[in-house]
Amino acid sequence: MAGQEQQQPQSRDSQVEEDVPEAPPAPPEAQASESTQGVDDLLDEIDGVLESNAEEFVRAFVQKGGQ
Amino acid sequence: MRVMGAETEYGIHAPTAPGANATMMSARVVQAYAQVTRQRAAGGAETRWDYTDEEPLHDARGWTLERGAAHPSQLTDQPPVLDAEAVALAYGREELELDGQDESGTLLMNMVLGNGARLYVDHAHPEYSSPEVTNPRDAVTWDAAGDLVALATVRRLAADPELPAVNLYKNNTDNKSVSYGSHENYLMPRSVPFGEIVRGLTPFFVTRQIMCGAGRVGLGQDSSIPGYQISQRADFFEAEVGLETTIRRPIINTRDEPHATADKYRRLHVIIGDANLSQVSNYLKFGTTAMVLSLIEAGLAPKVEVHEPVSALQTVSHDTSLTAKLRLLDGRRVTALDLQWMYHEAAAKLAQDTGVADAVDGDGHTHEVLERWATTLTQLDSNKAAAASSVEWLAKLSLLDGYRERDGLAWGEARLGLVDLQWADIRPEKGLYYRFLARNRMQRIVDDGDIAAAVTEPPSDTRAYFRGRCISNFGKDVVGASWDSVIFDVPGYGRLQRVPTREPLRGTKALTGGLFARHRTAGPFLAELLGQKSTPPPA
Repeated sequence: MAGQEQQQPQSRDSQVEEDVPEAPPAPPEAQASESTQGVDDLLDEIDGVLESNAEEFVRAFVQKGGQ
Repeated sequence: MRVMGAETEYGIHAPTAPGANATMMSARVVQAYAQVTRQRAAGGAETRWDYTDEEPLHDARGWTLERGAAHPSQLTDQPPVLDAEAVALAYGREELELDGQDESGTLLMNMVLGNGARLYVDHAHPEYSSPEVTNPRDAVTWDAAGDLVALATVRRLAADPELPAVNLYKNNTDNKSVSYGSHENYLMPRSVPFGEIVRGLTPFFVTRQIMCGAGRVGLGQDSSIPGYQISQRADFFEAEVGLETTIRRPIINTRDEPHATADKYRRLHVIIGDANLSQVSNYLKFGTTAMVLSLIEAGLAPKVEVHEPVSALQTVSHDTSLTAKLRLLDGRRVTALDLQWMYHEAAAKLAQDTGVADAVDGDGHTHEVLERWATTLTQLDSNKAAAASSVEWLAKLSLLDGYRERDGLAWGEARLGLVDLQWADIRPEKGLYYRFLARNRMQRIVDDGDIAAAVTEPPSDTRAYFRGRCISNFGKDVVGASWDSVIFDVPGYGRLQRVPTREPLRGTKALTGGLFARHRTAGPFLAELLGQKSTPPPA
């Protein structure tokens, strides 16, 4: 997580850049292991609660117009 | 600080019943809550909404839209009724056997809650409108109470083997070109010229999303461009000023429906915000906006005008680096952060001059709003990792980036879309925001106990106290209510008794608490309230 927060400034037309995932710059060494560990734990937990069929689930979430 | 309130339309989805009628599902949600609260059992029906004073076609610029020219979605002064024909078309006749219909064969879809809120079907979504509160902390509390109300309905429906389970999401788009709103309302003196409101608020609204955007996977109304942006709503705005809320959405909405003494107040209806789960983002949304309105009322809003505000709004939303420069009409080029600092500086000066931020004599809220505002802007400028525990779009981005790194996912991958959607699932065991909260990765402004209490308790310092207590104490005798009325049908009175509540700061616990304490039944309560010394006259 920490590494991602340090992204280089993007141009205003970030749509174009965001098509291609950028390699994140390396996070500071001291924080790296701790924060990576935390994120791994978090992702493991969230893997366990995510709905099973992502593609189908996201496709089926269709709303009627709202305010 | 200021009378304000929140409205949340929840995204609704029944995974095991694809294609289910959204209005019918939303009606089931409302009915489920009636069952949870036993309100129907007590009153025989939901408390109906009183539409007498609704004026959705009044425009703050000084005119009224003709009904014939209005989009059907603008006619919110008519009860949302799912009639027998519509139900039969969608489901077949057997659905008409559902309970909850009145004699005319219609499902009524409104509840007024004991906490002073309204729960109802708004077109194709269940909507919770919080009671009126006087400060941003209470706005966060009673808005979050709505999420617990929604959760109770989800649980109830999940426990009913006859009906498909329903999921509710506190988000603003399905990423397939549909957006639904979360609105804010602020009471203002009518004496403030509307043009000043537009001028003062537009640059602020274009940029406040950097603190209170909920974050969204996908760019464009239909998410056709892969990526991540700050606001869920920004791409759906197409106009600078206007009356509509579902088409040609404007940055400044002109609906002039005060729900209060009309020549004294206006209710500023704000449609540009994202629904927030993050308490800090929600707190800043209400707190900073209220302070900017005070600046406008004092004639002290920063003198800035953004070139092409609609496109600037989207530029800000698409720029997660927060470095994009916006062009001002005076030729300056500034970032969203620069603009927010201008507003902060002006608000801090006004607060100092008027003393409202004083630790002892202040209003008890302005000081904290200013502090959190400054802290958040500083973090956004120099330490986004720190802001990720409070700013919702950054919190969600940290999770998405975790997936992108670990699994090498590109922005268009369905799993990232699922993370985005499930962030907003209101079930604590499924909602990813709630997983963050449980891990102390998100800051709290209010604790769980206060939020739970707000599900049943009205705020004590507005007319919502009177409304909520009437529902809680005399529910079976209350046949209708709205923001500015409570209608009783009490034995002994020949006709319905409509109690107007036009003043948002009356009907408080201080003013009416004794009245509620003295009477256990509606008849004597009403008699004292209406100034009748004796028992009600015979019918």
